[in-house]
Amino acid sequence: MSALRPVLLAAAAVLALAVPWLAPGGYALHLAIMAALYAALALSLNLLLGYAGQLSLGHVAYFGLGAYAAALANLELGAPIWAGLAAGGALAAAAGLVIGGLAFKVRGAYFVILTVSFAEVIRLIALNWMDVTQGPLGLPGITPFGSKTSAWFAALALAAASLVACHRIVRSRTGRALVALRENEPLARSIGIDVYRHLVVASALSAGMAGVAGGIYAHHQAFMSPEVFSFGYTVTMVIMVVAGGQGTLAGPVLGAILFTLLPEWLRAAQEWRLVVYAVILLAVVVFMPKGIVPTAAAWLGRRRPAGPAAAPNAAPPAAAAEPRQ
Amino acid sequence: METLLQHLVNGLMLGGTYALLGIGLTLVFGIMNVVNFAHGEFYAAGAFGTYALLVKAGLPFYPSLAGAVVGGVVLGALVERTVLRPLRAESIETTMLVMIGLWILMQNLELAIWGGIPQSIPNPFSPFPIEVGPILLQPIYVFVFLSAAATIVLVHLGLAHTRWGCAMRATFMDRRTAALMGIPVDRVYTITFALGAGLSAAAGALLGPVFVVYPSMGDLASLKAFSVVIMGGLGNVAGATAAGLTLGVAESLGAGYVSSAYKDAVGFLMIILVLLVRPEGLFGRAGRIG
Repeated sequence: MSALRPVLLAAAAVLALAVPWLAPGGYALHLAIMAALYAALALSLNLLLGYAGQLSLGHVAYFGLGAYAAALANLELGAPIWAGLAAGGALAAAAGLVIGGLAFKVRGAYFVILTVSFAEVIRLIALNWMDVTQGPLGLPGITPFGSKTSAWFAALALAAASLVACHRIVRSRTGRALVALRENEPLARSIGIDVYRHLVVASALSAGMAGVAGGIYAHHQAFMSPEVFSFGYTVTMVIMVVAGGQGTLAGPVLGAILFTLLPEWLRAAQEWRLVVYAVILLAVVVFMPKGIVPTAAAWLGRRRPAGPAAAPNAAPPAAAAEPRQ
Repeated sequence: METLLQHLVNGLMLGGTYALLGIGLTLVFGIMNVVNFAHGEFYAAGAFGTYALLVKAGLPFYPSLAGAVVGGVVLGALVERTVLRPLRAESIETTMLVMIGLWILMQNLELAIWGGIPQSIPNPFSPFPIEVGPILLQPIYVFVFLSAAATIVLVHLGLAHTRWGCAMRATFMDRRTAALMGIPVDRVYTITFALGAGLSAAAGALLGPVFVVYPSMGDLASLKAFSVVIMGGLGNVAGATAAGLTLGVAESLGAGYVSSAYKDAVGFLMIILVLLVRPEGLFGRAGRIG
């Protein structure tokens, strides 16, 4: 794996840069943009779901908040696109700090339900706060990107930045603390890791990435409605992470590409499209519960990708470096 | 004062079915540690089953309802045996994703079979309300409430006084010890999931004739069920009953006095408050998982 990785990464980079020429049609490029945005979303969700083992089912809230922040900054204040993206990331990160700060007081199924609840309350506010969001009518007239190609490069830059950021976070003290928590929380606590603080930090970082993705989505669509908070988006992200391989970096990216394109390939099935989609999803989970990337890596007879494999070794040094609270 | 009474009664009538939904989910959640996102789909299956038997097959009202509930139980047992049992050793996230897949699958199967147009189920009850003192009661709501209450009492008695009920309670407390005591845990799981699905289908069969029947009707039902489970405490049947009634009343009051637009937000706000203040549920007995 390690010898192949630079080659694979370079090939992926060349392929990504060539996308506007490989997929010149408007719709094909739109799908590529969505795949890149989903890659960023799945990577950010994977920080909590894959590395910390905390299933946040409210991730769409950050995506939607980022989208609305960018849209409103653009429409109300005339902010340029880059400023809107920054505002979207900042608002989402702040929300991640607050929601994570409250929700990480509980674990397991309770955490799951709590994150869903926060996301749904935010969705209902977007739907009903007519003065600001115009409710279900939505917000038209957001400044679009200069061209689909520039939207692609914005989305690609975000996906690449998220990949690098996740790579760095996973190897940082926070990342090691998250993995230690996932493997055994009482043990992690007993050796002095401030689990709660690391979780809240990860939540804010993860939310920030999702918020920027939302901002790019708002400018790409040039229209924003409460649809952006649909629970279906969260479900799609979770599918991408779990099917691709939680706790790996390649998994969410591969999952994002596959599950963005899959519904398109299934268009021939017409009204049975989502039925077939669900059957494929069930088959992937039942036959590859660890996800595509770890299963494929095991088939190739190689080690699992570095992230989780480092877990048992990472915990003790982290504790040694951080002796007390 | 009279409006307040009317809101309370309306809330209780709806709350009965919320309790029914919540009990099914809380059992599956508590005993099997499965977050059943497809729970609302069994509710939709119950409603569509009633529609199929009553409107398409021409059966009378009560046999149609009973048939739909039996269908829900069989469907639940089938799902447990084919999908959940092979994944017993997997994490809660994996089984949850499977339930999400099942949710998409069932909802879109219904859409492919019945189409997206809402259907109504005729019922034999008088549309004219009965006056009881200052309040008005719709006969069908009274029927729905009484049926839900009777079902809840039956489930409670079954759990408290039968051998299988005892086995389910033992499995909830400690699966491994229960297995060591000779309890067939696998069969307990199948029965639990079938019972949960059956209760959800019963709620759907009861409310189908009150409202309209459409493929995505299960989404809202799942959501109510989750609120009820959180408020009542995991695996707590009495808690789920009380929480179901509470949620019904709270929604009715919220819609009446605050804003009907935020009616569905009431459930979420209650979840957030309960989890932050009293994570073991409003009604005692801590049974936390995770």
